Amino acid sequence: MDPLVLIFLSSGLFLGWALGANDAANVFGTAVGTRMVQWSTAAIICSIFVILGAAVSGAGTSTTLGKLGSISTLAGAFMTALAAAISVYLMTKSGLAVSTSQAIVGGIVGWNLFANAPTDTTILTKIVSTWFLCPVLSAVIAVVLYKALRLYLRHAELHLVRTDAYLRVGLLMAGAFGAYALGANNIANVVGVFIPAKPFPDLTLGATTLSGTQQLFLLGGFAIAIGVMTYSRGVMMTVGGELGRISPAAAFIAVIAHSIVLFIFASRGLEALLLDAGLPTIPLVPVSSSQAVVGAVVGIAILQGVHGIRWRVLGNIMLGWVATPVMAGLICFFGLFFLQNVFGQKVF
Amino acid sequence: MSRMTKLRLFGRTKDLEGQIDEFLDKISEAAVMFRLGVRTYLKEGANGDFKSKLKAVNTLESEADNLRRNIEKELYTHTLIPDARGDVLGLVETLDHLLNLFEGTLWAIAIEKPQISDEFVSGFRKLTNMVVQAADALVLAARSFFRTPHMVGDHNHKVMIYEKEADKISTQLKMDIFDADIDLAHKAHLRNFVEQIDNVADWAEDVADRLAIYAIKRTV
Repeated sequence: MDPLVLIFLSSGLFLGWALGANDAANVFGTAVGTRMVQWSTAAIICSIFVILGAAVSGAGTSTTLGKLGSISTLAGAFMTALAAAISVYLMTKSGLAVSTSQAIVGGIVGWNLFANAPTDTTILTKIVSTWFLCPVLSAVIAVVLYKALRLYLRHAELHLVRTDAYLRVGLLMAGAFGAYALGANNIANVVGVFIPAKPFPDLTLGATTLSGTQQLFLLGGFAIAIGVMTYSRGVMMTVGGELGRISPAAAFIAVIAHSIVLFIFASRGLEALLLDAGLPTIPLVPVSSSQAVVGAVVGIAILQGVHGIRWRVLGNIMLGWVATPVMAGLICFFGLFFLQNVFGQKVF
Repeated sequence: MSRMTKLRLFGRTKDLEGQIDEFLDKISEAAVMFRLGVRTYLKEGANGDFKSKLKAVNTLESEADNLRRNIEKELYTHTLIPDARGDVLGLVETLDHLLNLFEGTLWAIAIEKPQISDEFVSGFRKLTNMVVQAADALVLAARSFFRTPHMVGDHNHKVMIYEKEADKISTQLKMDIFDADIDLAHKAHLRNFVEQIDNVADWAEDVADRLAIYAIKRTV
């Protein structure tokens, strides 16, 4: 394999690492922050399921990103992923709500503009509409589930200690599902742009053959898992602290709602089911894990009375919808210019 | 999660549930023994039957102490119910103090042997009944906190009513004592016992107030 391939892939892997470091907190943050689940347990479960999600169900969202812009060279993909990674870093530094999904879309559009490739506006509209839909849907699901859980807890008359034990198990299972959904939905952000460039040949291991795309998903999954293992602890504690006012039951529902939303936007199986039933399908689009969780928490806060809503967080999210892709698009455009004219790389 | 871990997790949960229930049982039992002890003293003085009730309260108090320590240790060693742990700890400790009040009052009676003439017996009996009812209602409120937090308010309401009634009875009893034709030292001695018994209801009310906040936190 050309060693240059790994250098070009590094930006995507870095993005994967950042995603693991940040977004694992959406799945396990409250559980770990409130000490319902140990960090080591959370990190191991999260890593395993994020890799599984990426490898098994990652193709759906990657196809959609591919339709938005088919980046044909590794150098072009490298800069697109790097632009997204830099945007995520800068936005995080400024304390703004950030989404790798929005950054990568901005980067792809930036590449399209530079390469004079047309941007499919139908796909773009579909993707952008999901950014709005994701937190709203998450909030609605959270409200319905939270009401159901509250009703159940009221009638089941479980002992406080037993409720706690069930919630621990529930948080672990919801976290595993959340990590799987995160891997499935967000792997496209990490390695999706490298797929058209086909950096890896098929690999035959005994009876099984791993396609180049599957190898990319696996590699991206490992990058996310390394992010989880090396850097997520502090972020989880912070998220746990910030959301500390919500109860473990609310945290459990927030994680479930988040996971359902990410899964809905990533599941080819669900898409096929809806198609079979003659119903409109849900676009398979990488959405923001952070915004799904915030949407769920806001939904539960609304249910408990509007006093709990943090409007500043909502404002940040809306600002992020515009600022993140624009920033990534600009960085990508100018980065491609340098890569092409200074380093003499073929970027499209 | 492995099958073994899951089983152990719920096994521990069951143990702790049992210990909390048993702790609350001890308080209920101690309240009954306290009531019987005071009644026996009022009827027959500090005789063998009174001493057996005192001994029973002593035993219940030390058993409850052990249970309290185990519950606290279990909660902190295994970081259980992290969001409500402080509240449960506070509840268990304040409830435990109720047992100290029962035990302390019976010991004081056993040591000081207050001379309660017939005219005050009925007042002391009524007062004891009322404070024990307040303690009983508090135990029900505490049980509710663990299983049906939305019901805590109903039981707490009864604690408040019994406490208010106990206050009325104790005030009347003290007035009767100080109107009586006995020497001042005797009056002060009896007043001390009225206050000591009434203190049980006052404490029950304080715990009920805390419990109301804990319950609100649980139902949100």
